[in-house]
Amino acid sequence: MSLLEVEGLRVRLPTTRGLVTVVDGVDYAVEHGEVFGVAGESGSGKTMSMLSLLGLLPDGAVVEGSVRFGEHDLLRMPRRRLREVAGRELAMVFQDPLTSLHPMLSIGRQLTEHVRLHLGLGRRDAERHALASLTDVRIPDPASALRAFPHQFSGGMRQRIAIAIALACRPKLLIADEPTTALDVTVQAGILRLLDRLRRENDLSVVLITHDLGVMSAIADRVSIFYAGKVVEAGSCEAVLSTPRHPYTRALLDALPHPEGLQDKPLVAIAGAPPSPGAIPSGCSFHPRCAYAQESCLHHVPPLVAMGDRLLACPIDPLVER
Amino acid sequence: MTTAAVVVRRRLLPSGGFARFVLRRLVALVFLSLGITFVAFVLTELVPSNAVATNLGEQAAGDPAAVAAFKHHYGLDKPFPVRYAIYLDHLVHGDLGQSTLTHGPVTHDLAQFIPATGELALYSILFASIVGIGFGVIAALRRNRPTDHVLRVASLAGISMPTFWIALVALYVGFFRLGWFPGAERLDPGTNPPPSITGMYTIDALLAGNWGLFVQALHHLILPALVLAAFNVSLLTRFTRSAVLEVIGNDYVRAARAKGLPERTVVLRYIVRGALPSVVTVLGLVFANVLTGAVLVEKIFSWPGIGQYAFQAAVNVDVPAIAGVSLFVAVVYITVNFVVDILYGLIDPRIRIT
Repeated sequence: MSLLEVEGLRVRLPTTRGLVTVVDGVDYAVEHGEVFGVAGESGSGKTMSMLSLLGLLPDGAVVEGSVRFGEHDLLRMPRRRLREVAGRELAMVFQDPLTSLHPMLSIGRQLTEHVRLHLGLGRRDAERHALASLTDVRIPDPASALRAFPHQFSGGMRQRIAIAIALACRPKLLIADEPTTALDVTVQAGILRLLDRLRRENDLSVVLITHDLGVMSAIADRVSIFYAGKVVEAGSCEAVLSTPRHPYTRALLDALPHPEGLQDKPLVAIAGAPPSPGAIPSGCSFHPRCAYAQESCLHHVPPLVAMGDRLLACPIDPLVER
Repeated sequence: MTTAAVVVRRRLLPSGGFARFVLRRLVALVFLSLGITFVAFVLTELVPSNAVATNLGEQAAGDPAAVAAFKHHYGLDKPFPVRYAIYLDHLVHGDLGQSTLTHGPVTHDLAQFIPATGELALYSILFASIVGIGFGVIAALRRNRPTDHVLRVASLAGISMPTFWIALVALYVGFFRLGWFPGAERLDPGTNPPPSITGMYTIDALLAGNWGLFVQALHHLILPALVLAAFNVSLLTRFTRSAVLEVIGNDYVRAARAKGLPERTVVLRYIVRGALPSVVTVLGLVFANVLTGAVLVEKIFSWPGIGQYAFQAAVNVDVPAIAGVSLFVAVVYITVNFVVDILYGLIDPRIRIT
């Protein structure tokens, strides 16, 4: 049984123009101990679909579908209970470590408060626990780090601290939302290695949200490619990234700079801009930017169906090697 | 050994840094105070009035011996820098000159009137802080809902209505129409004040164990304190609301919720804490507003405080009294600013470093 099973997830957010659909019928499952990658451009609904699992969507948001996490049905839970369960067993790391730690609270405070709440530890035990957490993410001199404040650390160190905070209650699932985007490239590799190690040591599943397919290919086991609130292609990381079959996945990969293949492959930007929620094109929402679009793409919403080694939402399938 | 020493020193560093931070602000405070005495002194020099005549009265001013004695005592026969030095010397010895109106030492007058204003300000500021900050937080948490709209309109009204007008309306309704509150003075006519310890009647009454007197003093305080607070409640509501709204969308608030902390903890520890620096800034302004507002409110409610004293002094060109009040107000201002600076440092660890 999978750790997390999401079926038909739809998220609508309140705006001045009424409810706008940002996640439109998404299915995926996360297995025990795997890194599940979610990729797509900004605004494709990656983050919102994750926030809905934690009950962190803005007031007035409407969530439909079903989300089973272990024995919990997350969407059928009262919000208070969801926050409690999610706070203990699901954890989240945010994009920018400069803003995801409270600047006025000590590291020790931010690292122990939820531990004391969820694990019922006393102050002493919680501090000992916090020391172990900081050591685990390789913070030098963890004892004095507990008494320090976020501004005394570099971005990479802060992200390590944020990860330590997220994992302090030994959650089963970690949602990492663009955890390396705000960091230097050299620091990125360290954070990715850390996530990978923590996953193996703690039997942790990781949902890695990113728009950087390089990051994705480094540690993800399986991936889902999001576009305009839908999954367009999903499968093993290996299959999807080495032989993409959805034109959008192909375009994303072509937009990646390849240091080795500089001569023979020009860098291609994806034409046009991703559609904004509330103005999603008819039919296949990628058709206005798709080089292979046909008449039928304008009218029929392509379903996500099994095609060989993967799930694909493109009935034309122009990239398959026949 | 060495590592232990390093750890110990690092642990001590934040407080050591904080002590340095406070010390630097204190040194600045000394220079500021000195500057203010200078300004206060120059102002008394610039006032186009005959200090001898106003201080001694017409008759004594005709007596050359009295004039010479007066001029000698205040050093009026000496050049400007020397006169300033003499003024400072008198100041250090607690001599601010004689009030022409009360014919007593200005320091004595101040000592008598300051506690009355202090008591009024204390209750007013306490009320304004608690209610204003509370309203601001509630409005922000309920933004664009009915509660928020009501509070926004109310605070807009509170800011727009001039204090003297609110005071008159409050006096008319609360005292004259409804008769719920006394309209003047600190106690009912014929009541003896409690034995003076702080000069604040409510506190002195409690210290003397006189419950009835405490209630009476409080009853007299309510109307003027509320009037004085009205503007500041509105100011604090509006500033707190926008400060909280700025914090509320931060990732660290989202992270706190993701940790499964109860909403109360998220609001108090994460949101309000984050908004506190801006709120403290406004609290400094509130002190200033209360001091200036006191002049109007004390006049209208016949409150025998520093505001009324200042008003009388101004109307009667009582130069030593005006200088004395100015000095007092200035000292309050810089003290409040000093405290605000220290509070910044206490609230936000990032400020201690600079």
